[in-house]
Amino acid sequence: MVVGRGRPVYEGVAIGRIYVRTKEKELVDRKCSDIEKELKRFEEAKETARAELSALYDKTAAEIGEEQAAIIEVQSLFLEDLDYLEGIEAMIKSGSDAAFSVHEIGDAQASAFAALDDEYMKARATDVRDISDRLIRILTGADQGFRMDEPGIIVAEDLTPSETVALDKDKILAFVTRQGSSNSHTAILARVMNIPSLVLTDIDIDPSLNGKLMIVDGFSGNYYIEPDEKTLSEMKAKQKSAGEYKAGLEQYRGKESVSRKGRKVKLFANIGSPSDIKYVIDGDAEGIGLLRSEFLYLGRDDFPKEDELFEAYRTVLEAMNGKKTVIRTLDIGADKKVAYFNLDAEENPALGYRGIRICLTQKDIFRTQLRAIYRASAYGNAAIMFPMIISVGEVREIKAFCKEIQDELHAEGIKTGDVELGIMIETPAAAIISDQLAHEVDFFSVGTNDLTQYTLAIDRQNEKLDAFYDAHHPAIMRLLEMIASNAHQAGIWAGICGELAGDLSLTDEFLKMGYDELSVAPSRILELRKNVINSEV
Amino acid sequence: MKTFDYTIKDELGIHARPAGLLVKKIAGVHSSVTIEVKEKGKSADAKRLMAVMKMAVKQGDTVTVTIEGDDEDAVAPEIEQFFKENF
Repeated sequence: MVVGRGRPVYEGVAIGRIYVRTKEKELVDRKCSDIEKELKRFEEAKETARAELSALYDKTAAEIGEEQAAIIEVQSLFLEDLDYLEGIEAMIKSGSDAAFSVHEIGDAQASAFAALDDEYMKARATDVRDISDRLIRILTGADQGFRMDEPGIIVAEDLTPSETVALDKDKILAFVTRQGSSNSHTAILARVMNIPSLVLTDIDIDPSLNGKLMIVDGFSGNYYIEPDEKTLSEMKAKQKSAGEYKAGLEQYRGKESVSRKGRKVKLFANIGSPSDIKYVIDGDAEGIGLLRSEFLYLGRDDFPKEDELFEAYRTVLEAMNGKKTVIRTLDIGADKKVAYFNLDAEENPALGYRGIRICLTQKDIFRTQLRAIYRASAYGNAAIMFPMIISVGEVREIKAFCKEIQDELHAEGIKTGDVELGIMIETPAAAIISDQLAHEVDFFSVGTNDLTQYTLAIDRQNEKLDAFYDAHHPAIMRLLEMIASNAHQAGIWAGICGELAGDLSLTDEFLKMGYDELSVAPSRILELRKNVINSEV
Repeated sequence: MKTFDYTIKDELGIHARPAGLLVKKIAGVHSSVTIEVKEKGKSADAKRLMAVMKMAVKQGDTVTVTIEGDDEDAVAPEIEQFFKENF
């Protein structure tokens, strides 16, 4: 038995087999010198893919059924498509190597399908990606895909958003990463998905771990590989009691979140992509307090098109069926490493060219996103919030730009819904002038993670500073009180969407301050509601 | 030039499999074959599967099919027949 530790990011106990997820090699254009030879390699890869698909078709038809087999058939048809083949061949003829050409053209075609206003056609994007991955694997000999046959625990250095997007989420019992932090993408995803997970673990990642039995204890932060009988039975008991606690929270489902003294607060969910909607429904959230937009921009090679963004936002708004959905505009910076943004490396990305600063400088990026959101707003109850605000001037500029976009859409005959405009309060500057900002917007949402980091001058990624960090620092509490009070004096609502919103030891404080909304990971809603309903304040 | 209009009856519209069959069927035809949905302002070369699919033609949409080339007289009735049987 191997025992180790990590930093737990979500409570619970998971027991399952290990899947080691190693880094995907970034596909680079190695260029080809002999174009004829490269075209021939592509031709041969196509033949191999065709033979593989034909064998797979027979096997699927016999073992699974005609419906699944039809999907394989569609893929073989795509393999013959003229636009696809001519695109790839043209790239090879211009000197790119075959694998890279397949990747580029495949990505462009898949994005075009994903942007269509038709559920069936949208889903065909996966088929284009699958056939492209198959060709790339044949051409490079490397497996592009990571597949899980049965539910298990993912062990990895760290996971990027594009890597997690490709995972079959129904099969993940836990994440265990060597790197990461409590606010890393993997940690956020674990909380949304409601699975125990550890980051910053001391685990030695090696392919030999594959298939070994592992226990992840998200309460203590311990993990056990090839556990002995005693540990296994203890952990099974712990898993059972955690399950019972969760079952006990079910009585709060569908109830109004109101304290014993009658203070009402809305409990919303933070999510990262349209596919998280099911966790919002399962978690019984009353709305979405933070829909991150980064997922639409990460893990790709070029800017998403307006239609693609529109479809993603519309999907969420329709699924929410009239419940409020607060969409945060792009919050990206040098730390996110999105190649096509061409952002220069920065000494200090947290204080750098990021979020709204990019949007206000490169208005074309901002325009595309705002047009998509406003178009989608006709399909639900949308609100927009802007990150990293520090001044009244910025807010006025944004409002004028939003007005311009709306007028533009109306002139084109496109309908838009009523959209509330709000800002994140996550810089000390915004908190301190929140009295002035409150007159400009419809709501505030406090991003406590950044507000704390900027106020205390502590980088949360730096473990050495843990001893100095105090999430309940009086400076933060005073700012939170001031923000809520300034919002209410101006007659607007205020919420908290940072990690602190889910801190059960602060629920009473937040209710006293008068916060109107708390937005947390969807899996936290019922627990938080229990706390509100039983609160004496 | 030959042309005919056809209103899609299949509840899935022009989806992958029949579209694939159509593309295969006309791959050897000399004439150019174009499918157009006039109401939506979309058109595609019928020999290109992804382009045809990306039109996302739905049940009830009326498509205009145009066949132009030296074998148009022979193939136009066959293509029309194919639409009636498959869409």
